[in-house]
Amino acid sequence: MNPISVVRSRTAVLPFENIDTDRIIPARFLTTTERKGLGRFAFHDWRFNQDGGLNADFPLNKPQAQGCEILVAGRNFGCGSSREHAPWALLDFGIRAVLSSEIADIFRNNALKNGLLALVISDEEHAFLLKHPGMELAIDLRHCSIELPDGGRFSFHMDGFARTCLLQGVDQMGYLLKQRDAIEAFEQNRSAA
Amino acid sequence: MPGGEFILRNYVNMPTSNPAPRTLLDKIWDRHAVLAETADAPGTLYIDLHLIHEVTSPQAFTELRQRGLEVRCPERVLATLDHSTPTDKADAHGRHAYATPEAAEQVNTLERNCAEFGIALHGWDSAQRGIVHVIGPELGATQPGMTIVCGDSHTSTHGAFGALAFGIGSTEVGHVLASQCLLQRKPKNFSVQVDGRLQPGVSAKDLALYIIGKIGFNGGTGHAFEFHGSAIEALDMEQRMTLCNMSIEAGARAGLIAPDQTTFDYLQGRAMAPKGDAWNASLAQWRMLKSDPGAAFDRHISINAAEVGVTISYGTHPGMVVGIQSNIPAAADFQEQKALQYMQLHAGQSLLGAKVDVVFIGSCTNSRLADLRAAAEILRGRKVAGHVRMLVVPGSVPIQQAAEAEGLHHVFQQAGAQWREPGCSMCIAMNGDKAETGELVVSTSNRNFEGRQGQGARTVLASPAVAAACAVAGCIADPADYLNDKEQAA
Repeated sequence: MNPISVVRSRTAVLPFENIDTDRIIPARFLTTTERKGLGRFAFHDWRFNQDGGLNADFPLNKPQAQGCEILVAGRNFGCGSSREHAPWALLDFGIRAVLSSEIADIFRNNALKNGLLALVISDEEHAFLLKHPGMELAIDLRHCSIELPDGGRFSFHMDGFARTCLLQGVDQMGYLLKQRDAIEAFEQNRSAA
Repeated sequence: MPGGEFILRNYVNMPTSNPAPRTLLDKIWDRHAVLAETADAPGTLYIDLHLIHEVTSPQAFTELRQRGLEVRCPERVLATLDHSTPTDKADAHGRHAYATPEAAEQVNTLERNCAEFGIALHGWDSAQRGIVHVIGPELGATQPGMTIVCGDSHTSTHGAFGALAFGIGSTEVGHVLASQCLLQRKPKNFSVQVDGRLQPGVSAKDLALYIIGKIGFNGGTGHAFEFHGSAIEALDMEQRMTLCNMSIEAGARAGLIAPDQTTFDYLQGRAMAPKGDAWNASLAQWRMLKSDPGAAFDRHISINAAEVGVTISYGTHPGMVVGIQSNIPAAADFQEQKALQYMQLHAGQSLLGAKVDVVFIGSCTNSRLADLRAAAEILRGRKVAGHVRMLVVPGSVPIQQAAEAEGLHHVFQQAGAQWREPGCSMCIAMNGDKAETGELVVSTSNRNFEGRQGQGARTVLASPAVAAACAVAGCIADPADYLNDKEQAA
């Protein structure tokens, strides 16, 4: 994974709560054996009408949302299934950060492991960003801060390990495999009885 | 046949010096901590049992191949086919009617991966194949005190056995395949105490929906539930699995129930359960798996079982629930208004009498023998309403065979329902079993999200008894009407 320190972009806003992983990528698109190329399915049943035409009312289809890499979404984003296809689809669609007042556990884990910044902000700051789509933000992982156009700053909390992994592009599989001796010792200890 | 006896020796006597009272979760966690969690880094948690299926594993195997890695403990991995598999019978040549070529390729990929990496697969030719969360317990692979993961959020099901079981993503599937470990922080402890007795006719599914309604769809985020209390102790294993299965629908990745005699009786004699002396040794350790008196929980909720009625969902997430005889409450906000609009329902309305198009009995929540019996009890001697399409999908081949041995398939077929081959089917609607736009589905599955069971389809979550009653009535109906009928006739 490439190191990430700053994500700078305008925001697109999806003001709906409880956006579940079936919304993010419907299950019928999960019959792939790859990670790539899933962006075309992101929010598919919202972005497209059943006849295949673009749903002009969907916020991400609006002209002003084009090119936005930061998504501000309603509370409890990513609830539902464990499908990692959800962050894969969002990244491939061009989203690099999701901000919400609450993000479901499994989705958040999956997102951070793929370099998609899934960040929880306070209710107040969340409400502000929901009300102001298109705002240019700079998310700075080094300082756990979000810079607003007027110079104001929001802060977010992120687990130190996840942050270091993102900042340094740490390969978590490699990190785990380096613990081989400890894992072997654990296995020997428990089977020694 | 894959999978011999599965024994974990000496997994209890890890750190014993900690004098503070601990929860069941704490105990299992401590026993599996290869490296303890610190402020700077998550813990390294050893995984006893890794369940895999065709949808969330292919990318993990690709990663292993790219890095030239082996599967560290293939004997701790159990694979099955369930999500993308058709539930129609194979043709005379043994060919399966996959929804798409990609679905077939996904299944072939898992078959190849399991062969290459030496993993036991319960594939098409296995007499144990079925939904991953059904077969783990059925085989006796799921055991108390274990850590169990799967690339599937309903892995929480296995917590019914006093195991710490939770869903993971595909990257983590790769981590576990390669290292048998996960980098994890311990979730917080959430005590869900249910005392008293469930009323007759009220099932574990009703209890699960009721609890989610109380705690909220996201109320368990960051936590693991421990269900306890006299009403929980009275549940059989199938009911406990239904309850723990739905933990994730309140946002909790895991839900645990301390093992007891009910658990041990269920496990004894199963193919992968310990035998002989090993059984006795395991029992001695399993009996210690309970929260200590005075153990600290971060949150607690107490529920009187007697107040739980037959419960169904009316919205687009599993926290929007209502007693079957109650009216839909006023929408609390714009989000709930939107949900009601999607469901074509309105506040103040009773769901009773709402026209039903499809009834689905199945899924890792409610596809076990007791669930099928509960549905058959209502369907016996009755007909599914002419306009209703009803699918009954057993959770595994052994369940299918057991149901057929007692003639349940005849009950379903004579009523006009379709008796299908085991799989996830219309719960996730990725194998071709799905509802059409606008159709109202009464489903024994776990999620009623927009489009979950087919683009534009509307889902009402319910118990098997409710689902069967709705199939007969052709509209949302209370099973009590049918059960009482029978009692009066008898």
